[in-house]
Amino acid sequence: MSSNRQAAQASPWRAPILFAILAILFVLEGTVRNGMFSGSWNTSLAILNMGLISAITALGVNMQWGYAGLFNAGVVGFLALGGLAPVLVSLPPVEGAWAAGGPRLILALLVGLGTLALAKIAYTRTRRGWIMVLVLVAGFVAYRWLFDPAVTAIEANDSARTGNIGGLGLPILLSWLVGGAFAAAAAWAVGKVALGLRSDYLAIATLGIGEIIVAVLRNEDWLARGVKNVAAIPRPVPYETDLQQNPAFAEFAASWGFGVAEASGIWVKLCYMSLFLVVLLTVILLAELALKSPWGRMMRAIRDNETAAEAMGKDVTARHLQIFILGSAVIGIAGAMMITLDGLMAPNSYNPLRYTFLIWVMVVVGGSGNNWGAVLGAVLIWFLWIKAEVWGPNLIGALVGPLPDGDIKSHLLNSAAHMRFIAMGLVLLLVLRFAPRGLVPEK
Amino acid sequence: MSDLDAAFGNRGNRDSSIVNLHGRGTIDGTRPSGPVGPGHAGDPFLIGEGMTGGYGKGADILHDCTISVEQGQIAVIVGPNGAGKSTAMKAIFGMLNLRKGSVRLNGRDITALNPQDRVKAGMGFVPQVNNIFPSMTVEENLEMGAFIRKDDIRRTMEQVYELFPAVAAKRRQAAGELSGGQRQQVAVGRALMTQPSVLMLDEPTAGVSPIVMDELFDRIIAIARGGLPVLMVEQNAKQAMMIADKAYVLVQGANAHTGTGHELMQNDEVRRTFLGG
Amino acid sequence: MDILNALVAFLNFVFIPAAAYGAQLALGALGVTLIYGILRFSNFAHGDTMAFGTAITILTTWGLQSLGVSLGPLPTALLALPVGIAATALLVLGTDRVVYRFYRAQKAAPIIFVMASVGVMFIMNGLTRLIIGVDDQRFDDGARFIINVRDFREWTGLAEGLALRSTQVLTLVVTAIVCAALFWFLNRTKKGKAMRAYSDNEDLALLSGIDPERVVRMTWIIAAALITIAGVLYGLDKSFRPFNYFQLLLPIFAAAIVGGLGSPLGAIAGGFLVAFSEVAVTYPWVKVAGYLAPGWEPAGLLQLLGTEYKFAVSFVILIVVLLFRPTGLFRGKSV
Repeated sequence: MSSNRQAAQASPWRAPILFAILAILFVLEGTVRNGMFSGSWNTSLAILNMGLISAITALGVNMQWGYAGLFNAGVVGFLALGGLAPVLVSLPPVEGAWAAGGPRLILALLVGLGTLALAKIAYTRTRRGWIMVLVLVAGFVAYRWLFDPAVTAIEANDSARTGNIGGLGLPILLSWLVGGAFAAAAAWAVGKVALGLRSDYLAIATLGIGEIIVAVLRNEDWLARGVKNVAAIPRPVPYETDLQQNPAFAEFAASWGFGVAEASGIWVKLCYMSLFLVVLLTVILLAELALKSPWGRMMRAIRDNETAAEAMGKDVTARHLQIFILGSAVIGIAGAMMITLDGLMAPNSYNPLRYTFLIWVMVVVGGSGNNWGAVLGAVLIWFLWIKAEVWGPNLIGALVGPLPDGDIKSHLLNSAAHMRFIAMGLVLLLVLRFAPRGLVPEK
Repeated sequence: MSDLDAAFGNRGNRDSSIVNLHGRGTIDGTRPSGPVGPGHAGDPFLIGEGMTGGYGKGADILHDCTISVEQGQIAVIVGPNGAGKSTAMKAIFGMLNLRKGSVRLNGRDITALNPQDRVKAGMGFVPQVNNIFPSMTVEENLEMGAFIRKDDIRRTMEQVYELFPAVAAKRRQAAGELSGGQRQQVAVGRALMTQPSVLMLDEPTAGVSPIVMDELFDRIIAIARGGLPVLMVEQNAKQAMMIADKAYVLVQGANAHTGTGHELMQNDEVRRTFLGG
Repeated sequence: MDILNALVAFLNFVFIPAAAYGAQLALGALGVTLIYGILRFSNFAHGDTMAFGTAITILTTWGLQSLGVSLGPLPTALLALPVGIAATALLVLGTDRVVYRFYRAQKAAPIIFVMASVGVMFIMNGLTRLIIGVDDQRFDDGARFIINVRDFREWTGLAEGLALRSTQVLTLVVTAIVCAALFWFLNRTKKGKAMRAYSDNEDLALLSGIDPERVVRMTWIIAAALITIAGVLYGLDKSFRPFNYFQLLLPIFAAAIVGGLGSPLGAIAGGFLVAFSEVAVTYPWVKVAGYLAPGWEPAGLLQLLGTEYKFAVSFVILIVVLLFRPTGLFRGKSV
């Protein structure tokens, strides 16, 4: 497999040079103002912060795909599930919500889970389908009997402002870990089923679970207010308004030559950036250590030759499940970070194209199996994704400039923002064709 | 395995909700054919002459290897494992890149033709494995064999059924459900349906019982006596040489011994090395 | 009488809508299964190709309507359909030539095709957005109902009404014709058999003189026709919104897998199974129950799941089938 032309070309300077180019792009975005760049550090850092979150997501996907060759088509679901954590962990408790139906709700969920477990036990013990169905039907009736009134009561509680179960009021940073745990739990359930089959059906299973998780967030108002959104999620960093009222900060901003409003935005984004960088570097460090450990070598051995690994007594399914859970946990952490950064939980924004397939573009463009490649691909693709929204119309504007005003011209101008979808598709296809191992290939 | 396979390694290949590895091919069907040239005077009916080459960009497997078969004869290729027997056959069929040498059939130089067009030029090929369409019926298998023909194929089909009465009884059954020997008969029958001018068999008796093997050899002799030249790669060197008008012993991709089957059976070195004394 | 009313309610709210939806899914799943069987990968661009074909058909329909052309009681879209199919076929053939053919020549692993199809999905998504935007579009015209609720009540004297929309009947009729034609083609014609042969054993098909590139082209054209028809029928029956078409990917894939990937018969069975389960599970049965057991008033709506969770149904069916019958209902190629 090493007889690859592209592998022979890869020089040790390749990754550093590409990262340097990326850095220059962000500096240009922060300093130069023209048709291509905004010249605002606030914009530049905002793109970078979201890029870093994408990078962590891409690292999670890269663990699953790069280390083990698992195709996760439901990244959006794990991201969304991670995003639920800040709402449930860090929001202040909603008064009266727990009393309205909390215990009953918990009991309902336990009955639901218990039913599934019991059905499985019933089937494995008796091998009779009808007993399992009986258990499931009885369990479902019990579940709905417990669940429906509890939900109605909770949603009726101050429905204009809250109507949800509320949070625990714990620190927001803790919710990042909880987000990872949520996603890991979901991954365990999906993986347990889909990976255990004769040949795995992970792609379709994850595609399904992704849709379902987003549907749950959209419709279960008691959980996170559904499409009514949850705003004002607590922050781990200072608020801009507080900074602006702080004379010491105003002085500090002036010493750097920034207006206080601009400086406060930059400062907040820098704080976020530092937090994200810490998480990113920790994840990379752990991922790299794991990859170089005997465990990582075994992972790659399984990926490259499953039959041989199986013959050597490796439990392929268990290893795959392990890495699927780990990767999903990382995606869940990224999901929680994203909600923290936005300060808003808006389930309608979870679009699979943006949160599943764009992540895939990032991983493949960066280099399947290479952690630094995933980070590079993620930040680069995110930058292009955001900027293409600006460049597309500018480009079209320049192209159709000579055309007479009319329907066609205005239609082209209006739809130019959609150009970024085409651009992303082209990037992916070009990379697949000319550098299928990505910008920074796996060693 | 191509460069692009290496790009993603074995990733994703286990996930049958997105990839289908069933019946995947290895021959590039997009390669266009080049021009057909004139043959050489006094050529045998089919000849692969001085063939040197290997798979893709890999190392050469064949080294100046020459194989030929005359009208109405049986030629066999024998040799130790890894000698390039099947590769020589595939080279004649245009399935690997020849760096040197040429393939000529019936007075025409067909070196530049792709495999599809060699079928049209009159070659019938039975691969060693995966040589039937398992989910299609026996009859459909034969029909597919006759795909390039525009005329009435019923007569040929009857001939095939006469040659292989065992499969005639199962013409409506899926070929994948037949026994190993019957599958080989379907495979040979499918190749005969094109009405080829030369039949090429890659280890037709691999994995079948001795009785079935004898029967298959009988059929192959019958085919050759009917006027159709047969070129065959065979693992069972002894039996093969007994029926061969001409035999080639390959070693490491090159001709080691050539002669009639009878001559080679008498050759001490051949007997010692390949026929077990 | 009450039993009749219950039956009518069942037909009206469950059976007829599910049958129409099932037919649409079946056509979509047939396309998926053909591409899976012959090109050997799952095409993620399927939903977006469907949206593209429908968008072209809608634009042509509007063009025809503005010219005053109509088909009387039938929707004008039927007249525009061939244009949509042709445009989609050209687009997928072009995509194949530019994108997939290269990998086919390399004999690249199928996963590369899957990745490439993600790239194609982005491009087609963008194209559809460019030509028609992201909003809801309605383009049905002609007669709306074959049977409407009021007439039905008057004829039968039942309390419960039954509506049979012309698009539903059209969907079923067109699907029946298309499926019959497809099966005749695959099982009776030489070209169709060649496609099955290629799906069974690519190399041997080539050794039989079947031109693989022709098989591939034919597959794309048939798949383009199938999904454009599916997309237009879905759009006529419900409405056209590009994102909904993207989301149809899950039920369509589920239908194809449940039926057994690579098996056309399975795709049809899978389509109807998924559709009937989706509708049955998300329908509030309280009305039907009310007719069947008059005295008994259930507390809730007797709805197993909210309609928002219809995707969960495809998913659960998929998991159940895979757990108990990994090859799908009909034996597919994915073992």
